[in-house]
Amino acid sequence: MKKPLLPLFILLFLTLATLAFAPLFGMAFIPFSATGQEREILISIRIPRVLTAFLAGAMLSLSGMSFQALFRNPLATPFTLGVSSGAALGAAIFIRLGLTFSIAGISGTSLGAFGGAMLAVALVYGLTRIKGGFTTTTLLLAGIAISFFFSSLILLIQYISGLSHSFRIIQWMMGSLTAADYPKLINLLPFLGAGGALLLFLHREMNLLMIGEDMAISRGVNVGLVKKLIFLAASLMVGGVVAICGPIGFVGMMAPHICRLLVGADHRFLTPASFLFGGLFLALCDTLSRTLIAPSEIPVGVITALLGGPFFIWLLLSRKNELEL
Amino acid sequence: MHNPIIQIETLSIELSGNPILKDISLSVDEGEYVSIIGPNGAGKTTLIKCLAGIHRNWEGSIQISKKPFNDYDSKTLARLQSYVPQAEGRTNPLTVQEFVTLGRYPHLSPFTTLNAADYIAIDEAIARAELQDFRHRKMNTLSGGERQMAFIAAALAQGTKILLLDEPSTFLDYRHQAEIADLLKKACREQGITVIAVHHDVNTAAACSDRIYALKEGSVIFSGTPSETAHSKILETIYDTEFITLPSSSRALPFVIAGGAV
Repeated sequence: MKKPLLPLFILLFLTLATLAFAPLFGMAFIPFSATGQEREILISIRIPRVLTAFLAGAMLSLSGMSFQALFRNPLATPFTLGVSSGAALGAAIFIRLGLTFSIAGISGTSLGAFGGAMLAVALVYGLTRIKGGFTTTTLLLAGIAISFFFSSLILLIQYISGLSHSFRIIQWMMGSLTAADYPKLINLLPFLGAGGALLLFLHREMNLLMIGEDMAISRGVNVGLVKKLIFLAASLMVGGVVAICGPIGFVGMMAPHICRLLVGADHRFLTPASFLFGGLFLALCDTLSRTLIAPSEIPVGVITALLGGPFFIWLLLSRKNELEL
Repeated sequence: MHNPIIQIETLSIELSGNPILKDISLSVDEGEYVSIIGPNGAGKTTLIKCLAGIHRNWEGSIQISKKPFNDYDSKTLARLQSYVPQAEGRTNPLTVQEFVTLGRYPHLSPFTTLNAADYIAIDEAIARAELQDFRHRKMNTLSGGERQMAFIAAALAQGTKILLLDEPSTFLDYRHQAEIADLLKKACREQGITVIAVHHDVNTAAACSDRIYALKEGSVIFSGTPSETAHSKILETIYDTEFITLPSSSRALPFVIAGGAV
């Protein structure tokens, strides 16, 4: 089989295996054959949780992949660009206001997070435009500045909130999948559907942007429009995930990067690979978070950060000059 | 019998408030190889980028195939002309095959996949650039010369009548300089592709071209055939330094060397 296809099939197989077996693990092992209350836990708690973890990981990975193509930089991710913080701020404002409305079945928190993500993307992009380029330094500094600013605003919101709101915000800011259930899972789907479809549609444009904006223009890409669509797709996915699971870091950096090593950088294959690998990765991290110190749980964001920190440093050290994809 | 495929009249452009090109007029006939030479900062790259559609805020008129530039939508334009940027060392993680395939972009719609004609164009471009052995190598593992060949192959795969190149052989070793000059000359003579290339080196420009335009401080200060260009007096006014010309036994044109006083 040709090179990109074999790793893709292996990823697909591993994904199916993980989705089938991960729900069995947790505070206690529950076999397929379980009945009664155990069966109930399996079906209404563990299965939606594993699926939520999978979709959240897939969406974070896809958004990281598209940011990396757009900024031509492996360190461009929802987390490092401040987009996660933006989404978190949007969601925190909604939690603080205690609003519980929904539009067409999509919760207000998700829409707030999406708005915050868009705001952060616009700010980072605006800053790099003013500085005249996407150098790693500009990008990371802009992202850090925006992250800090939004985090301070979230702290402020916590400070002026009552104890119950404040606790909800803190718990959720750690990045956790404990609250996953079927309604939340369904809430992710429109964001994945819209964002993922846009990215699948734009695979050639992402390839061309990755090799350079001038090249893309000269080949007839409507660069302005494509960038806006990619920003939209990535913000949709980050917003959708952050509203449900909080800002889970580093999946968007690690997963696409490892996929580039597995299937190459052509977005025709990289997009499905990033989807599968990101989902697989977060589903496994979540399984660890449920089992490592059972009966307690480690927030999954802590696990991804523990893996992601060293990975980030490795990326920084392994590239000599300007960081390249 | 002139059949201008590119006609530029009184083209001017300012970039961040600085006038870069001032009232440039030039025309290129179909099937010609035209070189643009001139000192650093003369506006050569800007001129190529205007033609490639990267700079859009120019004034004046550009006609491609006798139709105003702005009447073309960007994909139609990209089926007429391809662009090879200055090699600035930036690489990408695609394989050569994937990279050359991107040249077919203007021929594809979002809902189609590559068809037989696309594959033929890609294979032919790779063969012309003699990159068969590098097909599955990643662009970021190639040498500067091999990478530049891949850029030109991608432009050839685009299947255009016009090829715009910005210093295609600068910074490369002699073998790759020769290979690229050869590839471009063949594209022009055998496939009838019109080539407009910025050249840093006057000898390369003279050896390849049918005609040469010289830019200085944003204006065309000279145009002529290679033999008209290869005179020390003319080169001295273009580059503001002394030149000597050495007659060559192997070609009709003399070689020119800057810094005649040395």
